[in-house]
Amino acid sequence: MAMGITSKNHDKASRGIPRLGYDMVARPDFRTEASADLPETRTLARGRKRIGLAIALFSVGFAVIGGKLLMLGAGSLTAPTQVASAPRPMVTEGRVTRPNVVDRNGEVMAIDIMTASLYADIKDIQNREEAVQALRRVLPHLNEKTLRRRLSKAGGNVRLMRELTPRQEYAVHNLGLPGINFEKEFKRVYPNGTMAGHVLGYVNANNEGVAGIEYHIDHGDLLAQEQVAVSVDMRVQHVLRDELAQAMSTFSAKAAVGVVMDVTTGEVIGMSSLPDFDPNDPMASEDNARFSRATLGVYEMGSTFKAFSVAASLDSGLVQLGDRFDARKPLKVAGGFSIRDFHAQKRELSVSEVFMHSSNIGTAKMVMELGRDRHRSFLSSLGLLERPDIELPERGKPLLPARWTDLSTMTISYGHGISVTPLQMTAAGAAIVNGGFKVSPTFVRQDGDLKERKRVMSAQTSKSMRKLMRLVVAEGTGRRADVAGYPVIGKTGTAEKAVGGGYSRKALLTSFLSAFPADNPRYAMLVMLDEPQGTKATYNFATAGWNAAPLTGRIVRRIAPMLGLKPEGNWQSPLQSVSYTQR
Amino acid sequence: MSLFGKFDLGRTNRSVLSAWWWTVDRWTLAAVLGLAMLGVVLSLAASPAVASKIGLSSFHFVYRQAIFLAPALVVLLGVSMLSVRQVRRLAILGFAGVYVLMVATLVVGPEIKGATRWLSMAGFSLQPSEFIKPLLVILLAWMFSEAAKKTGVPGRSIALGLYGLVAVVLVQQPDFGQLTLITIVFAAIFFLAGLSWFWIAGMAGLVIAGGYSAYRMVPHVASRVDRFLDPASGDTYQIERALEAFRAGGLFGRGPGEGVVKRVLPDAHTDFIFAVAAEEYGVIAGLLILGLFGFIVIRTLLRVQEEHDLFVQLAASGLIVLIGVQSLINIAVNVNLLPAKGMTLPFISYGGSSLIAVALALGMLLALTRRRAGGTLHHGTYTKRAYA
Repeated sequence: MAMGITSKNHDKASRGIPRLGYDMVARPDFRTEASADLPETRTLARGRKRIGLAIALFSVGFAVIGGKLLMLGAGSLTAPTQVASAPRPMVTEGRVTRPNVVDRNGEVMAIDIMTASLYADIKDIQNREEAVQALRRVLPHLNEKTLRRRLSKAGGNVRLMRELTPRQEYAVHNLGLPGINFEKEFKRVYPNGTMAGHVLGYVNANNEGVAGIEYHIDHGDLLAQEQVAVSVDMRVQHVLRDELAQAMSTFSAKAAVGVVMDVTTGEVIGMSSLPDFDPNDPMASEDNARFSRATLGVYEMGSTFKAFSVAASLDSGLVQLGDRFDARKPLKVAGGFSIRDFHAQKRELSVSEVFMHSSNIGTAKMVMELGRDRHRSFLSSLGLLERPDIELPERGKPLLPARWTDLSTMTISYGHGISVTPLQMTAAGAAIVNGGFKVSPTFVRQDGDLKERKRVMSAQTSKSMRKLMRLVVAEGTGRRADVAGYPVIGKTGTAEKAVGGGYSRKALLTSFLSAFPADNPRYAMLVMLDEPQGTKATYNFATAGWNAAPLTGRIVRRIAPMLGLKPEGNWQSPLQSVSYTQR
Repeated sequence: MSLFGKFDLGRTNRSVLSAWWWTVDRWTLAAVLGLAMLGVVLSLAASPAVASKIGLSSFHFVYRQAIFLAPALVVLLGVSMLSVRQVRRLAILGFAGVYVLMVATLVVGPEIKGATRWLSMAGFSLQPSEFIKPLLVILLAWMFSEAAKKTGVPGRSIALGLYGLVAVVLVQQPDFGQLTLITIVFAAIFFLAGLSWFWIAGMAGLVIAGGYSAYRMVPHVASRVDRFLDPASGDTYQIERALEAFRAGGLFGRGPGEGVVKRVLPDAHTDFIFAVAAEEYGVIAGLLILGLFGFIVIRTLLRVQEEHDLFVQLAASGLIVLIGVQSLINIAVNVNLLPAKGMTLPFISYGGSSLIAVALALGMLLALTRRRAGGTLHHGTYTKRAYA
């Protein structure tokens, strides 16, 4: 019945279809009435061809994607977006690397470590608020407003935080925030902390040296070096700082300074200025702590200066060791000013006695024998009158009298009316005891041959000075500095600090300029206490003999063995020495 | 009538299940189940990274995907047992119900990422537009076949009207991905239903005009196209990461769980799961997925080519075009052959609505492509013999 209709309608369209009207019979679930005349047969036939087209299109589509997949997998694809799709480096080198700083024995004092900085690539940030909240979750100290403002910038790479710990980096990485990247940067680390802060200095946020040896590395063209060896011996440095800190605490001093120097090379073996700071975080300390008293501060050193005056007098040949000076009465000078003695002996004193008893009157009279200019040029030859040429940028310029009068010469002879840095003092002291050669202080380890040295006084003068300085320790004001086995030579100094236009009797600056071993000194040392107070043990005396001198002794006792010095016959073990000094 | 009995007798008894078993397209069924299985396996790869990123437990999405798989399989198998007539009835009722829900998204739907496509129901969010697609396909096929049968029903006009109804809501939501999809499917069915080449040219013009106006008027469409044409013009982050994944994966992959791109790739568990799969299991796995989709699409199209009933032919073709085009677009975006488009990979991407809707579509497809006596010319040999 259906067959006839099918063939009648569209012969062309129905080609290939069996001419059987089976569908009406065979479909119990489908309407049969429409099949009475099948107007859709032509559509069906056309549809078949068009499905063929669809099959072809889909085949091409699947084939193209399959091909692209294979190429991607084989890694041989040069994608049209090659430039943009190249994997962005997650790690880039940021700040420049700096050489390690090591002490004279090769111990590390400063080193670079890798840290990560957090950056946001603004155009890759998908959801600013989500990023802000997620970052705050793992880095709670970040300021929410600042973070939001930084992420709101129009584009570019914005730094969000520096120096993430590995743990923080891991946490941020795991947030999986698009556009949040890390950059590897170098961070300067000082493993010894505060130990040698004023020698090392510190770096700024860009890892550039701005103080101390770090400054010198940048400005002395040492950045390319693998490491920079400083002259400091960390063992000595440790002892020096430890003893200074103890003394500062014991005597309730405002500050304490110590410098240990090789008398031949001028190398600074140890230098400490308390209070000090941690170069790992210099800005956490006050300006007062970052101030390097040893190299930048200038002080009226007081009687320690007499060593230079006596040396000048002896070296001029105009004064002999046997000459005597009348110290019975205060020395009246122009303008109603008079010079008095602290340990007044009220008699005529020999040069040795002037030095040993630290007579201001005697010293002033002595320098007037050789005169203003010779005294001045002698001080100048020791390097006391100008800014020292050292590696550190913290270099103090001495304060000299505006007009160098005879009165100036007299006060300067016992260390008043001139302010110099402790470092200069140490170097000048080294020259006095080393046989008479000028000493230029340095903070860099001196390798190789000794430089040609400039003689500033005769060897005989230097020898005489060593004897005089030994006398001070053996019998004079510096007795408490002596160490059994390691004889010390030195000169005490107790300066009254200039307060409000005059000098204060209460505010003292005590110092002790020393060298050891006595007969052939290898090391010079200066210790200084700012406004030390008397204690019960010192019978309330606060002069140098009671604080700076014993401090020197304690330091020498500990560092002399480290420095390879042979003890002499009367050597005692430190334990015995302690019981001896505490007696 | 005796024919039906004879045909059936050769196979098995008359129970619904065994009748289904002997008539269903078992190869396609196997491929579909394979994809569903792969979907769960790959959600293990991609989802934990996304879940922990947004603060959920690692296996949140894996569990949900597995939970959704059960109803999806029930829908797939259940719907595949329906007869052609029942499929049509399901489509009519379903379309009406889902359309109401779709309109409801505009009114009560929460706004997620700038669009209101979802409805929150009992802890799950439902995306009605996923379900409307296969249901619309059936209705369009029906209307176009009615038109071809010249039964007096203004089929083409009704079809166009139905398309318009859905399109309007999709523009409002907005969801240009789904709109593109139903437009392609509408065009495909229209084309298969015998649209003259004149109209084809006209429609092509309309699509180009529509695409261009979307490009001009909708900023994010424009920016996506610009970024595809000129990667330097803006953010190509997702695509870059996806391509990185393919390169890192190579032919054999980094190994399960070894992928890293999933941690930084947004939508790793939905739109870009293909790239994640390729990174961990290699391009080989990508080809397997592609091959399964290709197999289902080509096999189904070959089968419906033999179909003797216009409605079945159009409906089955429409459904397979829907699945095929959606998977092709998704994978093409993953491999940077098309601009970024928010389109899920059927059965593989995470998403309950998507999973169940795909199960519905494939269930209907299986139901329509089940061998019916006289349904296809392919099996005409039996009938020939019977009538001979």
